[in-house]
Amino acid sequence: MKFLSLVWSNLKRKKLRTSLTMLSLCVAFILFGLLSAIKESFSAGVELAGADRLIVRHKVSLIMTLPVAYKARMERVEGVAAVTHQTWFNGIYQDEPKNFFASMPVEPEPFLAMYPEYVLPAEQKEAWLKTRTGVIVGRTLAERFNWKIGDRVPLMSPIWPRKGDEAWTFDIVGIYDGEKKGTDTSGFYFRHDYFDEGRAQGEGEVGWYSVRIQDPEQAAATAAAIDAEFANSPYETKAEPEGAFIQGFAQQIGDIGAILTAILSAVFFTILLVTGNTMAQAVRERTEEIGVLKSMGFTNELVLALVLAESCLIAAVGGLSGLGLAWLFISAGNPAPTMLSVFYLPNHYLGIGVGLVLALGLVAGIFPAIQAMRLQIAVALRRNA
Amino acid sequence: MSTGQEVLVRVENVEKTFRRGSEEVHVLSGMNLDVPSGEFLALMGPSGSGKTTLLNLIGGLDRTTTGSVKIGSERLDQMSDRQLAAWRARHVGFVFQFYNLMPALNAERNVELPLLLTHLSRAQRKRHVQTALEVVGLSHRAKHYPRTLSGGEQQRVGIARAIVTDPTLLLCDEPTGDLDRKSGDEILSLLQALNQDQGKTIVMVTHDPHASNRATRTVYLEKGQLSAEKPE
Ligand SMILES: Nc1ncnc2c1ncn2[C@@H]1O[C@H](COP(=O)(O)OP(=O)(O)OP(=O)(O)O)[C@@H](O)[C@H]1O
Ligand SMILES: [Mg+2]
Repeated sequence: MKFLSLVWSNLKRKKLRTSLTMLSLCVAFILFGLLSAIKESFSAGVELAGADRLIVRHKVSLIMTLPVAYKARMERVEGVAAVTHQTWFNGIYQDEPKNFFASMPVEPEPFLAMYPEYVLPAEQKEAWLKTRTGVIVGRTLAERFNWKIGDRVPLMSPIWPRKGDEAWTFDIVGIYDGEKKGTDTSGFYFRHDYFDEGRAQGEGEVGWYSVRIQDPEQAAATAAAIDAEFANSPYETKAEPEGAFIQGFAQQIGDIGAILTAILSAVFFTILLVTGNTMAQAVRERTEEIGVLKSMGFTNELVLALVLAESCLIAAVGGLSGLGLAWLFISAGNPAPTMLSVFYLPNHYLGIGVGLVLALGLVAGIFPAIQAMRLQIAVALRRNA
Repeated sequence: MSTGQEVLVRVENVEKTFRRGSEEVHVLSGMNLDVPSGEFLALMGPSGSGKTTLLNLIGGLDRTTTGSVKIGSERLDQMSDRQLAAWRARHVGFVFQFYNLMPALNAERNVELPLLLTHLSRAQRKRHVQTALEVVGLSHRAKHYPRTLSGGEQQRVGIARAIVTDPTLLLCDEPTGDLDRKSGDEILSLLQALNQDQGKTIVMVTHDPHASNRATRTVYLEKGQLSAEKPE
């Protein structure tokens, strides 16, 4: 502890250089925090996906529909516990593409049973069952547009025009929360019966099925049995676990995880050079002082520790403030709800961040520290002669 | 405190050779020197004759090529780096020509530095620092940073730092070399007082005959050898 103030005094000597180094570290760790949250947003669905759920879609493409009559046949397949369907509605709110959110017609009761992670108060569920035009919206979405229960929301759909080309209108009857922190609460779910009756075309078609299976261990077998059931029909299916489905969906944009990791690696490599350079300069300009310290009886090991402590301190001040700022920013809310359905920084990323701060401090300081440790006193002191 | 008789520093048959590329530089060859406890020894000699080298060997800052350096009952040439560091912390204080204070620390924190290696509490350290600053007459400058002190004042801080652990041996490499006559005289008086009143054994390298006059004995170093007479 008594040496810490010595380290701190040394840091304050080149205030500009120290602050610039800390600032670069700060920026790097803000970036780390934000990119981690983005990465999490792309992978949260995969991690939270129900292990006992399959998604069954048209074999050719996700945008092709399946007959609603498949539901009954699917329920009879060996290993299937429950079936419900959803359809991609692609609702457009206020004629503004930037207001995008996911909207889907569903069967209320089977849907809520299929997705217990969506938590809806009982009386709101009752209201949904009673209201044909009723819609339940996720907490994030409701907050985004400041919607309250009782509000009426008109949507247009380029895929599913309404008979008479009118706007679809929905009455908000419920706002659901997520069971877990990463649960997506940006959805807009309305009743399939209202949708099916009102649409101008495609009656009896649905987008895809969610299937609950009896035994997650048998997921592959059950998926194969479902696909076999519809083989050689005009609507062949592709059944896969929900996690794989979400992953495939995210990968249409690219391997986000790999891209973000690559960016962060480049950033950290650069920051390592910046910090390492600062420490190398600090040790070089203090050669004589290090010699004097050793002449007083400071051991080589102590000198090594002091230099490492200095570089860890730089990293800690810069890096932790960056992590803190990222956390504040992320807690303030989702800056791009159109693209990111969830946006938060899981604690384990904070842990990784703190680990990175420490590692950066040590790696950046180790070579200058070894140099300082090996410095011969007589040689160091000759520099002023 | 000192008998004035027993030998504190014994340098025996010391050779010191430096390598400069493929060339070997023999700086000290078969050197012998005894410094009795309580002596104030001035070490003179032309530039490059090896005065600093000899001082470094006596202070355990460097190692002999051959030969032994014995301080009290301890053989410096047989110690490990770590033992040497511990020995320096306890037994020796250095005073440099250019003071070599830490610019980031004020006077009292500079003086405190060697005490960080001890087990003294913060309050005890503070007391020792105050005493050392009083001895050099600089209590009123305790909070000043080196750049705001004159050369003479900086050198006093340097001396306070050297004596704060109460070492037996003070090694001074041209302590007045960077000072004007008046400040230099004050520093010399201070060293003389430390020698006479506190019994410190002092070895001082100097170019200045005026400075060596203050010492109890002067030796001359030339061509790797010591002599009691100034060589022609
Ligand atoms: N680390 C070293 N490597 C190579 N040569 C060295 C080294 N240290 C000292 N020397 C050489 O040893 C000789 C003696 O040097 P030293 O510094 O002891 O002289 P000095 O008597 O203190 O001189 P000055 O009065 O100029 O301070 C010089 O020739 C010097 O160049
Ligand atoms: Mg010299």
